[in-house]
Amino acid sequence: MSTLNVRVWRGTEAGAYQEFEVPRLESQTVLDVVTYIQRTLDPSLAYRFACRVGMCGSCAMTVNGRSRWTCRTHVDKVADGARLEIAPLRNLPVVRDLVTDMAPFFDKWARARGRFRGAATRKEDFARVSPSSTQRRHADAGIECIGCAVCYSGCDVVSWNPDYLGPAALNRAWTLVNDVRDVENRERIRAVAGDAGCHACHTHMTCTERCPKQISPTAAISGLKRAAALAALRGDLDRD
Amino acid sequence: MSAERGNVRIQVLLWTAQRATAALLAVCVLVHLVTIIYAVRNGLSAAEILGRTRGSAGWAAFYGLFVVAVAVHAPIGLRNILGESLRWRGAGVDAVMAALALALVAGGLRAVYAVVT
Amino acid sequence: MNNDWRARNHPAYWAFVVHRASGVLLTLFLPLHFWALGQALTGEEKLESFLHWSDQPLVKIAEVALVLLLAAHMTGGLRLLALEFLAWRDWHKSLLSVAAGIALAAGLLFLLNLY
Repeated sequence: MSTLNVRVWRGTEAGAYQEFEVPRLESQTVLDVVTYIQRTLDPSLAYRFACRVGMCGSCAMTVNGRSRWTCRTHVDKVADGARLEIAPLRNLPVVRDLVTDMAPFFDKWARARGRFRGAATRKEDFARVSPSSTQRRHADAGIECIGCAVCYSGCDVVSWNPDYLGPAALNRAWTLVNDVRDVENRERIRAVAGDAGCHACHTHMTCTERCPKQISPTAAISGLKRAAALAALRGDLDRD
Repeated sequence: MSAERGNVRIQVLLWTAQRATAALLAVCVLVHLVTIIYAVRNGLSAAEILGRTRGSAGWAAFYGLFVVAVAVHAPIGLRNILGESLRWRGAGVDAVMAALALALVAGGLRAVYAVVT
Repeated sequence: MNNDWRARNHPAYWAFVVHRASGVLLTLFLPLHFWALGQALTGEEKLESFLHWSDQPLVKIAEVALVLLLAAHMTGGLRLLALEFLAWRDWHKSLLSVAAGIALAAGLLFLLNLY
């Protein structure tokens, strides 16, 4: 039976890789490997998972340098020979081992006004939104995001600019900018524009490369750039 | 919050100015590249260059516009790079970039003047 | 913890590196360019002597490099303008290879016309 040589990050930001030998099995996923280590070799290993079938995004980690869902990553696809390197997501504080603190990620989501604000009451009729309208198609292209932070982890601008809201928050803001029922878009565009917002994106497109839902935050951010330019020229950004 | 959240409107206008000058510079650079490639045939001489540019209002206007566009475009880009690579942000780097813009205008227009008169 | 080259090893990232590096190098070159042309202020002779100095192989190689840098920065920039100002289309994926091709063609044309 063959084995995998697996290096796993232990500790916080100050830590080190620890090596384990794990039996290699057919159709094994990286999550299977981490689970084997924690259950059989070292119960003190901390890691997150939930659905283990590619729906929740909890198991996101950095595998051989790339951020991905470990439950959906077959070892055969990523193993460098028989070697694996497993680390926590980048750009987030490390709680312990493979677990990151997701609070900064969701704080930025809130700062980007990534939540819906409507004005209708129960007395109004339903809003009629055609699925084939341009705005709805733009929104639909981004609403499947489950907030797994793989894109945020891969983004170098997040690393270089601590205030940068990041691809997920900006993608969510774009879906709401395209929601005809939302009444807060003037404030939202002010929230996502500027050096800490969409204008800091340099189209590296690592987010688009890595998104497990095939969303393109780059396209959403480009949309926000256009919207912000229009808002600036219209005078909507005048009050700060 | 850090200095980044300062003035969003100005940051957006800087970005817009850089993209607008980018579009203008694409045309300028295309003309410049074609001119260069044509001019280096059979060697390059001062007489040949100056023969083309001296007394020409057209070349003066073209290169004058080119210089101003570059003086707007380059410092804004450099500002991003300094902020991201050296973590140098705020009023200091903004002032240095403004000075760079002025230096490029001065040096560039001097060069245009030199070849047009 | 930050990303390393394994996360960055894809085409759009290389395009970013080329664009940023070429922009910095061109900006550093500009003062020299303005100074050289400014030599003509006092008349033809000083400019002519500078051009004569530049007629050596190493300088010519540098000139080819500069033309490549300028062309690459321009075509890469046009690609970015397309990505940012046009809503995403499928053909955007090919923009990178088109940009690279045109830049290389410009450099080659310059080189061929040198000799």
